[in-house]
Amino acid sequence: MSDASQLLVRRIKDGTVIDHIEAGKALVVLRIIDITGKDGNVITVALNVPSNKHVKKDIVKVENRFLLKYETDKLALIAPRATINIIRDYKLVEKRKIQLPDSIIGIFRCPNLKCISNSEEDIRPILDIVDKQRIILECRYCARTLTINDLVS
Amino acid sequence: MQRNSFYNRDIVSIKDIDKQDLERVFSYTDKLRNFTPNEKTELGRGRVLGSVFYEPSTRTRMSFEAAMASLGGSSLGISDPKSSSIEKGESLADTIRIMDLYSDIVVLRHPLDGSSRFACELSRNPVINGGSGSEEHPTQAMLDLYTIIKEKRRIDGLNIGMIGDLKYGRTVYSLLYGLSYYDVKIHLISPVSLKIRMESLYEVKNKLRIQEHTTLEDILPKLDIIYVTRIQRERFPDLQEYENVKGSYVIDIEVLKKAKSDVSIMHPMPRMDEISQSVDNTTNAIYFKQAAYGKDLRAALLALILNENIS
Ligand SMILES: [Zn+2]
Repeated sequence: MSDASQLLVRRIKDGTVIDHIEAGKALVVLRIIDITGKDGNVITVALNVPSNKHVKKDIVKVENRFLLKYETDKLALIAPRATINIIRDYKLVEKRKIQLPDSIIGIFRCPNLKCISNSEEDIRPILDIVDKQRIILECRYCARTLTINDLVS
Repeated sequence: MQRNSFYNRDIVSIKDIDKQDLERVFSYTDKLRNFTPNEKTELGRGRVLGSVFYEPSTRTRMSFEAAMASLGGSSLGISDPKSSSIEKGESLADTIRIMDLYSDIVVLRHPLDGSSRFACELSRNPVINGGSGSEEHPTQAMLDLYTIIKEKRRIDGLNIGMIGDLKYGRTVYSLLYGLSYYDVKIHLISPVSLKIRMESLYEVKNKLRIQEHTTLEDILPKLDIIYVTRIQRERFPDLQEYENVKGSYVIDIEVLKKAKSDVSIMHPMPRMDEISQSVDNTTNAIYFKQAAYGKDLRAALLALILNENIS
């Protein structure tokens, strides 16, 4: 983490720091991993923090919650460059990058309302990532081609 | 003998079928057409086709059942959703599982996109998509291509017009994917509100040369084939608008006079008034032949799926 961001956001004792979120996406990140603040834990959100790597970035710090891989997998599409830092007793105990999986299972619904995966049938939506560079997805069922904008809006 | 690539295979989307596959089905269809009835019945004797139709489509269902009968097999199915368990709330999943137990191949017609892909996950036996959602009807596309080859002796180099409701006509999308393997010029003719959804042609847009038109007149003299689809009144919120456009997309004798003398008129059927009956007796009308080729092609496809060692 850069010095600037340390100044802006207080250190946390236990929890998860999601760093290097594309500027402007922090609030979507909160929504995707369902961080509402209702549990009473401190959540710090920093927007447009100057960064070395990218011009600006967002940072989210969630205290007393250790995000698991399946949760951060959900961020692959909206914050593919984010890093996940797990902090215990002020120490960084785990750092992971988000990697695009081959398919995304059960997280996003297919936006095609006429897709069988949106029917009353017992189906988990599966979106296959067919182009990891441009991030193009395809619904396993209706084969509709999708971009991130189709999923997060 | 090498195992044929269709043996035990699901037919879900025309996108899964490459040009080699297409040619394999076409050449086997040619072969089958020359078989004696007894030779044909060797290919499906004792086998059962299970049809599950969530939409009424007498045409497609009869074609498959006639095809199965020609191979010496039999068919059973659910075709009237209103009187069957489908209406009583049984899931598609259960219906497919049960039909799978009673049959060797399942044909599914369903209004939702992706239903056939889902059915494949549940069925041990092969599933054929008999039309699903708004864009997939793979066997129709195959029989359309076969009809063009038989009637025109080629596909490459043709000017193919598709007219009518291109937005909701599932046969159009599947056929365009099939045509992307060939060097053709496509002319899409429809009212603005029923234009094709280009985003649905994502994978083939660059392979097809497509021109869009709102009237038939200018492009008519160039066309070798006119593929006609029905414009349904339900698609128009405004009845007046429907009345205004429908006449412009009807094929009749007057239209034929301005077209190439050997233009071929195709239609996935059932036809309503978008092709005038006066066209039926001309050599240009090939829509009934299309239905006959369709039965033969489906028989060939069923035979290839059921029999490992034929080609
Ligand atoms: Zn879908």
